[in-house]
Amino acid sequence: MDILSWFVAIPVLTVMAILFAKDLKQTRIISAIGMSAQLGLTTWLVYAYLAERAAGNAAAWLFKYDVTWFTSLNIHYTVGVDGISVAMIALTSVVIFAGVFASWRTDYLPREFFISLILLSSGVFGFFISLDLFTMFLFYEIAVIPMYLLIGIWGTGPKEYSAMKLTLMLMGGSALIMVGLLGVYFNSAPAGQQLTFNLNEIAANGIPVVAQQFFFPMLFLGFGVLGALFPFHTWSPDGHASAPTAVSMLHAGVLMKLGGYGAFRVAIYLMPEAAQDQAWIFIILTSVSVVYGAFGAVVQKDLKYINAYSSVSHCGLVLFAILMMNQTALNGAILQMISHGLMTALFFALIGMIYGRTHTRMINEMGGLMKVLPFLGVAYVIAGLASLGLPGLSGFVAEMTIFVGAYQHTDLFHRFVTIMATTSIVVTAVYILRVVGVLLFGPIRDEHHLHLTDATWWERLSTVTLITAIAAVGIFPLWLSDMINFSLRPIVERIVAAL
Amino acid sequence: MTFQDILLMRHELLLSVLMLLILIIDLMLKGESRKSLIPVSLTLFLGVVIIGFLPASEGSIFGGMYKTNGTTLLMKNILNIATLIVFLQSAAWLKKEENNQKLAEFFILILSTLIGMNLMISSGDFLMFYIGLETATIPLAALAAYTHHQTKSAEAGIKLILSSALSSGILLYGISMIYGTTGSVYFTEVAAKWSNEPLNIMAFIFFFSGMAFKISLVPFHLWTADVYEGAPVNVTSYLSVVSKGSAAFVLMTVLYTVFPAMVEHWQTVLYVIAVLTMTIGNLFALRQKNMKRFLAFSSIAQAGFILLGIIGASQLGMTTTIFFVLTYVFTNLAAFGVVSAISNETGKENMDDYNGLYQTNPKLSLLLMLALFSLAGIPPVAGFFGKFFLFASAASQSFYWLVFIAVVNATISLYYYLLPVKAIFINKNENPIPSFKSDVYTRTGLIIAALGTLLIGLLSISYEYIASLSYGLQ
Repeated sequence: MDILSWFVAIPVLTVMAILFAKDLKQTRIISAIGMSAQLGLTTWLVYAYLAERAAGNAAAWLFKYDVTWFTSLNIHYTVGVDGISVAMIALTSVVIFAGVFASWRTDYLPREFFISLILLSSGVFGFFISLDLFTMFLFYEIAVIPMYLLIGIWGTGPKEYSAMKLTLMLMGGSALIMVGLLGVYFNSAPAGQQLTFNLNEIAANGIPVVAQQFFFPMLFLGFGVLGALFPFHTWSPDGHASAPTAVSMLHAGVLMKLGGYGAFRVAIYLMPEAAQDQAWIFIILTSVSVVYGAFGAVVQKDLKYINAYSSVSHCGLVLFAILMMNQTALNGAILQMISHGLMTALFFALIGMIYGRTHTRMINEMGGLMKVLPFLGVAYVIAGLASLGLPGLSGFVAEMTIFVGAYQHTDLFHRFVTIMATTSIVVTAVYILRVVGVLLFGPIRDEHHLHLTDATWWERLSTVTLITAIAAVGIFPLWLSDMINFSLRPIVERIVAAL
Repeated sequence: MTFQDILLMRHELLLSVLMLLILIIDLMLKGESRKSLIPVSLTLFLGVVIIGFLPASEGSIFGGMYKTNGTTLLMKNILNIATLIVFLQSAAWLKKEENNQKLAEFFILILSTLIGMNLMISSGDFLMFYIGLETATIPLAALAAYTHHQTKSAEAGIKLILSSALSSGILLYGISMIYGTTGSVYFTEVAAKWSNEPLNIMAFIFFFSGMAFKISLVPFHLWTADVYEGAPVNVTSYLSVVSKGSAAFVLMTVLYTVFPAMVEHWQTVLYVIAVLTMTIGNLFALRQKNMKRFLAFSSIAQAGFILLGIIGASQLGMTTTIFFVLTYVFTNLAAFGVVSAISNETGKENMDDYNGLYQTNPKLSLLLMLALFSLAGIPPVAGFFGKFFLFASAASQSFYWLVFIAVVNATISLYYYLLPVKAIFINKNENPIPSFKSDVYTRTGLIIAALGTLLIGLLSISYEYIASLSYGLQ
């Protein structure tokens, strides 16, 4: 089997092994082994990818592998990676690894929990390695549907409502994607020639502009729903707030990136002409996402809701950057996906850990936790600082790049929305610092909190993994952005040529 | 006519022989030994199913009234497999004391409807078509009323016979007008002489309405829910899978071979009916609390989806339709299999009764979830592929708005398919359905259905095989 297919195979094999596990202990050990193997494989992939590039291999896609699946419809199982997908795969591996350790103590139906969680991750990995739109869509839906059970069974609060809302909205989005994909397929080749789902072949053939104008909004909106595009973001706060810790981590950290990645890789890349024409509509919507999400976070009192709205704002920034359609902004968008993925996963992990101790997520019921939970407290501050864009951590690099890219557009409209979006940085600082101030510093509000114990080894492992990754992106951003830039260049050329 | 010619009717002949055999065996069995009729019939029918797959020659007999080719054989084999699964799933129910006296009837009635469907699929003119249709319909009413001591079941039988009599009347009226305008009842001659005069169009509308009754398309669906609810579970599953599947096959074959000249007209009709059927089927399914009624309305919505395949009017259209019916057979039989296993064991059929089922019966729960996900079109199970390809068929004719409406409906349907999943996995229950072990037949039936649901989509071979046998407008 080729190297990339292992990224799907390892989670599937792990799931099969879990089927034979007897209790929580065995289940989590198997999961940990499986996801460590996945992380190891990712490290190897990054290394091998860089080695290939260093050796001068300039092909757009590396490690390609192709099997015909449905001959008569020309559907293939095609995999391959470029710098962008390698980065996304690395993000996913880190988050799922941390997620397994963050749910170390799932005692209700543990086998089922880990099976759903890891199955979901196999969908995400499959999505990022696919080059065939049919396979990509298939993995996309596999990634979405276990969510219903994960939130519905192991969630908290109004979990049934949130699970149903999230599933229906995301499947509504994927309904749009399905129409869009069929439209792309039937316009993927000149009349009489073999139709195709292959991303590169479609790009080479080009889609007629008339068809683009109809199908671009469908695909962009469809993926946008998962990327929390205003006004289709409402599943996100409820869903994230009700979901169990690891699921929030994976969902906000990785799954929402599927939306951004798809919008960019499928909608904009394949239909650049329509994208140039219609970008302004979506730019307005994403600017609203960015600002509205930030203000939404300010007024929330529940830690998870704060972070969920903050995710709406940050993911809005990803889509915003994608729509700027120039090299710098797109680079920033990918960096922001990585950065936000790591940082929000860290946030949700910490919130879950704090909630597990205090049994409340309301910030006005907690205070002074730094004194009793120094490790978690420090980690929370680091996550907060990354989120508000402190230099040296990942958030700064990403947001800086995005706004520099956005500012390269000189017309009034772009200037205006860019300045609007920039205001979110200030608002972000407000809600982050407010939470840090109330939650961690100041007097202890509840005397029961005096007896809390600090992080256990698995919580530390989960947290440290994420913090290391955040710091790595922040300190060595060029290493990552070089990898991304190399793969972005041909894509940007194509988009700019459509102008 | 030579012996070789007669062998063309292999499926129908074997089924007739089997019917007679069962009748004779039944005469020789008394009292408790009657129950041995179940394994005997199943084994014999398994033989028939296997023989059906042996290579066969193509051709036509009775002056073109009966024709057979690769496609008809394929359709008949699909129906055979579906019937086999229905038989397997019925065994536990048939073993009950109350059914002891009428075991043979169950098999004979089902087999005779199957003969009717096979004749219908192979028909080369409207007379044979009509004979097949009636043979396939009338025994169904007796089947629906099988547990006739229950009012609901008897009512279901009456409702089915009355509504199908009406629809047959309409259909026959359509056929008579077709004969009146073209002077022939042979498919090939009708197709050659067809013109789109108003009277022709009217003839077609009558014909189509009659068929719409059989597939329970809106607005001809009203009989469905009551009949499905009243009939015994296994008869319901036969009605909603085999009977509906065969009607879809036949409708497609007739549209493609007899009415290619008016393709734009019937595409418009299908368009409107598809939108109505999907939407109204869904809206009613949303509120159902009884699992049988729930599956009945969901099957109405699924019938609407099938039209999206037929509307393709091409080789792709035929392939996707047959493929979808194949996935639908396994998927729906998996769902009905679980419902019937639970109903046989406990008599419970309401969705609330399923609360907390996962605690006590994890395997059945997982299978039902798999089936419901497949019906909703969630990958990687078969339903996803079936639905995606159906939509591709409609999209190939640039009916993108129709596809859009269909995917919106698919999303709505996901809501109600998730309700039983929610009941099983999430809802709490003080005293859930106790843990039980089904008999070997039921389990075999469920395993076949589950394997089909899991594998038919992922292994592209079935799709490619169907594609190699399909044809477009003729």
